Parts: sequence; structure tokens; C-alpha cells
Amino acid sequence: MKTLYTWSAIALVVTASTAGDILLAKAMREIGDLGLLRQNKGIFAVAARVLGSATFLLALFFMTMAFFSLLIGLSWADVSLVAPAAASLTFVTNAVAAKIFLKENVDRRRWLAAIFVAAGVLLIAH
Amino acid sequence: MNFRKYLVLLSVVLFSSTGDVMLARGMKQIGEIHLTNLGSVFSALGNFWVLLGVCFLFIFFASYLTALSWADLTFVLPATAFSYVMMAFLARSLLHERVSVQRWCGIMLIVAGVGFVAGGPSHTEQAAKAAPPAPELADPEFVKAPK
Repeated sequence: MKTLYTWSAIALVVTASTAGDILLAKAMREIGDLGLLRQNKGIFAVAARVLGSATFLLALFFMTMAFFSLLIGLSWADVSLVAPAAASLTFVTNAVAAKIFLKENVDRRRWLAAIFVAAGVLLIAH
Repeated sequence: MNFRKYLVLLSVVLFSSTGDVMLARGMKQIGEIHLTNLGSVFSALGNFWVLLGVCFLFIFFASYLTALSWADLTFVLPATAFSYVMMAFLARSLLHERVSVQRWCGIMLIVAGVGFVAGGPSHTEQAAKAAPPAPELADPEFVKAPK
């Protein structure tokens, strides 16, 4: 039963963090290079631009969901299972979602990287 | 990619791994959270290690945002996956979790994955715009050339 709880928490973390990551990347792409913005207008302008973005706030909502699901998952199982298992799956779902929603050019090099990292993270989980 | 950008990626790696290990330590002190009492997860925010972990993860988040502002998501994620390697080392030394042969194999795979993207462009859109037109478009004879 505890295994079911753990994997439900992991599934929730994966879904929420994929949504969060995609929205976050979208928000940052809209805002542009934060380093340049800070050089030109200062750190407060950067904070205002980021916090004023609706996409960013929505991303934050999903990431908060992912965070609390992770905390609950951590209370049921080891960090060395929950964190890598959730992350491993998120690498693959993120690559798929980035291609579909962000139209990122996920070439063979990046698919390989995502799959290698996901497999590596899974091995760590055992 | 310049020195500043590598520093940002390094900061993502360092703060996410140490932050996660602190969270884990805090949640182990708190103990199990039962389904009937999910609200008690908020009381975790009163734990010293959870709070410190949250602070570290905040710095991680700021670095992560900066990285996403100039690089693709599918570049940043594998490039910063090295934090899982760090986490395995930290979990072994600080939380006394066991690191088996299988885990070391996992670590090697991650390092290989990081190597794949680290050698490639960080932002494919810009790279595509800057690249000269494909030879097929520039030279009509190209298509007829033997392969």
C-alpha cells in the first residue's frame, strides 16, 4: 500500500513539475536574457519583470504543487528513491513536452542525453 | 556559452543537490505524514533543515531561471543533471545512505548524458538563425551531386 502511495506521489510530482518547467521556460523566453536585463536595468527590474509575468506565476503554482507532493513522498520513502525516480521520468516527459509545446529543436543528441540521464537516475534509485 | 553562464549552471547543480539533501534530513526528523493528516506537511516548514533547504532551493531557482532565460529547457535539464551525482555523494556521506555498484553505474550514465548536451549548442533557435542556408537551397546542383 505504501508503495502505491509513494508512486502516486511520484506521478503527481512528475506531472506538476513538467507543467511547471514548460511554463517556466516559456515565461523566461518571453522575458529574455536575465543577465543582460540586470546589467541594463538592475536587479529590481528583473524581479519586477519575472514576478509580473502571468506565465511565471502559473509555473510557480505547478512547482509548488510538485514541491509539496515531493515532501509527502519523502515522508513515505527514501530521498534516494523518490527524488531520482520523479526526476528520471520528468527528463523524458520534459523532452516530449518541450518539443510539442515549446517547439524546441530536440535533436538526436538531446534525446540521447535525456534518455541517458533518465536511465542513470533510475539506476541510482535502486 | 561563456564563463558567467558556466557559473550559473554550476550554481544550479550545487544548490539543488545540497537543498534536496537538507529537505530529506528535515523530513526524516519529522517522520511520516499520514494521508488522514496531509495538512501536517505545512508544519514541516518549521523545521530548521527544511527551512535551510528551502533557502538553498530558492538560490537554485534563481540560477535556474537565469539559465532558462538564455538556453533551451532541453539543454538546461540534462546539463544540470550532475546534481544527482552530487546528491548520491552527499546522501552517502551526510545521510549515511548506501551507494551500490548499480548506483555508480547510474552516475556514469548521467555523466555521459551531461557530456552529450554540454558539447552541443545551448539554444537551437539562435543557432538555426545564425547558420548559413542549407546547401540544397544555396546550390541547385547540390541535389544532383552523387552521394
